[in-house]
Amino acid sequence: MDGFLRVEKLGKAFAADKPVFSDVSFKLDRGEFVCIIGHSGCGKTTILNVIAGLDTASTGHVFMDGREVAGPSLERGVVFQSHALMPWLTVRKNIAFAVESRWPEKKASQIDEAVRAAVELVGLTAAIDKLPSQLSGGMKQRVGIARAFAIQPKMLLLDEPFGALDALTRGTIQEELISIVRKTQQTVFMITHDVDEAILLADRILLMKNGGETDAGYVPGGVGEVVVNTLPKDRNRRNLHHLDGYYELRNNIVDFLVTRAKH
Amino acid sequence: MNASLFKSLEFRAGLVSLLIFVFILAVWHAATLQSAPAPAPTTPVSAEQAEYDKLMGKSAPAAGETAKTTGFPTLAQMGSTVVKQLSNPFYDNGPNDKGIAIQLAYSLARVGLGFLIACLVAIPLGFVIGMSPLLRRAFDPFIQVLKPISPLAWMPLALYTIKDSSISGVFVIFICSVWPMLLNTAFGVASVKREWLNVASTLEVKPLRKALKVILPAAAPTILTGMRISMGIAWLVIVAAEMLVGGTGIGYFVWNEWNNLSLTNVIFAILVIGVVGMLLDLFFARLQRAVTYVE
Repeated sequence: MDGFLRVEKLGKAFAADKPVFSDVSFKLDRGEFVCIIGHSGCGKTTILNVIAGLDTASTGHVFMDGREVAGPSLERGVVFQSHALMPWLTVRKNIAFAVESRWPEKKASQIDEAVRAAVELVGLTAAIDKLPSQLSGGMKQRVGIARAFAIQPKMLLLDEPFGALDALTRGTIQEELISIVRKTQQTVFMITHDVDEAILLADRILLMKNGGETDAGYVPGGVGEVVVNTLPKDRNRRNLHHLDGYYELRNNIVDFLVTRAKH
Repeated sequence: MNASLFKSLEFRAGLVSLLIFVFILAVWHAATLQSAPAPAPTTPVSAEQAEYDKLMGKSAPAAGETAKTTGFPTLAQMGSTVVKQLSNPFYDNGPNDKGIAIQLAYSLARVGLGFLIACLVAIPLGFVIGMSPLLRRAFDPFIQVLKPISPLAWMPLALYTIKDSSISGVFVIFICSVWPMLLNTAFGVASVKREWLNVASTLEVKPLRKALKVILPAAAPTILTGMRISMGIAWLVIVAAEMLVGGTGIGYFVWNEWNNLSLTNVIFAILVIGVVGMLLDLFFARLQRAVTYVE
């Protein structure tokens, strides 16, 4: 455990006496893929935004590569749930905008080369000069992923990137994501609502508890359990549900979400 | 099949437009029919009487000249005025007698200058107001009070301080076109999607680059809408402003021809104002289409 990303005692409170979550601590190793699952409102997106530097926590700190996170950085690529492409720019220009931001000194030809490589990574070369409005939801999200990869960040933050996609498209992009992540040895932190998605992608799964009133008063939310994914690394969508241990893993997570996630 | 249907719809609409136009002309013609000039008196007049009639504006029409009537101009008179004005639009016979193109050029120059200055003020200021909730609140009372003031109400103050009627006209155009642009720019900038700003933040985009590459294109359709509204208002106001300050311009032309009791020229000027206003609007509509994006 080298603790490439360290989240220490993170807490967020909109009302001072009732923090949404508190005392959230976990580590990510270099090259690790970690998913976080929890019900709506438990603060998953807040945690991701704090790691991204887009939001601030009420308490606690985040360190990446030994340095404290204080604001957004090119070292952390973010894929947003709503793909967040600029609708007035073509695919090429959307990604070029990111590449130019990362390497302002690059020449136009070098930028275009990097853009092409990123677009090829997600298999969208044919649509490179199209506007986002001319693409399907899955293609837009692929562009979002290509943009995040194009800046070669030290880690990737994915905020429920496949939430708005249909099941078939989602499956295809999940496999693409796995192959890209394996190829580039990326460290990934990802929010999801989909238990199978988490089991397929993640090395570890953080299960979050919602805050709530108990007999002993208000208890803030936080990471309830950490599940280590013991399934073989080469798992894929087709063999996943035939693997030994898959159902135990899945039942454990579903049980947590149904019965243990609420105080 | 579909295309031909669309085509035929356009064709039919054009046909109806033409019919409406012919109908208007027919009504005009019918309404001015009885005001044809009475036959000229056949009794010879003495030289003194002729001179007196001339001074009283009652001289018999010279040969070849269109007969003057006291009523609304006939279609033929209107037509000859249009032909005469359009065949020589650039003549300049001194301060009160200039061709329509010259008068239009004066008006367009004033509108263009006032509008340009308004752009230079409203767009940067709107940007700042749109980005800062503090400034938005601070500026709001001023904007709310100044916006509903008729631009012509500024005229005395402008004339007194600027001491130049032409520049006062420009100022009036500036003051009337600044508000819609300011409000639209501020609104457009304030409602740029959070996610695009987040993208810019995670890419560590510098403020100026963010303003030009993210916020400006995102807000451009709204800003252009403001500019289009402003131009519409500016073209409405310039006529009134020039009537007031006089000297040159299409507004002054209208007023001058009214003083000359030349209704044909007044009607001609009204048509010109309408056509130019339409062209200006078309121009901004095209610009607007160029910056609009589909999400």
